[in-house]
Amino acid sequence: MEITLAHYLFVAAALFTIGVFGIFVNRKNVIIILMSIELVLLSVNVNLVAFSAFLQNIEGQVFAMLVLTVAAAEAAVGLAILVTYFRNRGGIAVEDINQMRG
Amino acid sequence: MLEAIAFYVLAAIAIVSAFAVIAARNPVHSVLFLILTFFTAAGLFVLLGAEFLAMLLIVVYVGAVAVLFLFVVMMLDVDFVELKQGFLEYMPIGALVALALLGELGLVASAALSANGAPIALGPAPAPEITNAEAIGRVLYTDYVLVFQLAGLILFVAMIGAIVLTLRHRPGVRKQDIAAQVGRKRSEGVELKDVKPGQGLG
Repeated sequence: MEITLAHYLFVAAALFTIGVFGIFVNRKNVIIILMSIELVLLSVNVNLVAFSAFLQNIEGQVFAMLVLTVAAAEAAVGLAILVTYFRNRGGIAVEDINQMRG
Repeated sequence: MLEAIAFYVLAAIAIVSAFAVIAARNPVHSVLFLILTFFTAAGLFVLLGAEFLAMLLIVVYVGAVAVLFLFVVMMLDVDFVELKQGFLEYMPIGALVALALLGELGLVASAALSANGAPIALGPAPAPEITNAEAIGRVLYTDYVLVFQLAGLILFVAMIGAIVLTLRHRPGVRKQDIAAQVGRKRSEGVELKDVKPGQGLG
């Protein structure tokens, strides 16, 4: 019963799919959409680390760290936009965000 | 054998809690399930021998990002039951896309499995006396030092952006103005009156 690279790829694929599915079904709740994006980025990280471990190449883990950085920055800015939007509109319904159509 | 059991337990918990993130009615529960997902993913990283990244995941995600989510969810006074409407409406198309994605990714993963997990190009085996953190550091601070600094720049810009977005100047808020306080003249504050005896100021 050996755990191979494919096992980790299956886990990452499942996490990625759940993340995309979450974006589709929670169309009205921006907070859940942001969390789904975090799930997608986590699955990418699992992929990078799994390949890094099985190919014995440490650079994958360096890139996973950079993905982590970008994910943290994205969460911070996204939540800041969300707070500002809530302050201006009194709600966070995604369907109302069509004012910037130009 | 123990490794296999640990892998299957962690993988199952990760997938179930990830599904609970998107299915939970209360967003606070979603955030808590997100924390559980990150914890189990950190466990998977430890199984893979990436201890440094596992600890980083716990510190950065559970310590910072998840708490940020929790703050925002609890700060915003939103009727979340109303936002849950339409869950079933978008379910079919979402399930279709999800199934297609899972099929494709599973196909790739099983192709990798049928190749017996044989690595495509094996790098040099890491020296056993070097820890994982040291190995990352040796690469990160030499070959990828520019990328490392760019990551710092990204965090800096994100920090400034978040502050600028949420900063607001409310009118009507009284604040201490030290310059005006210090630059006050005697003539502005005190008035001398020549009071005549027996008459007062009248």
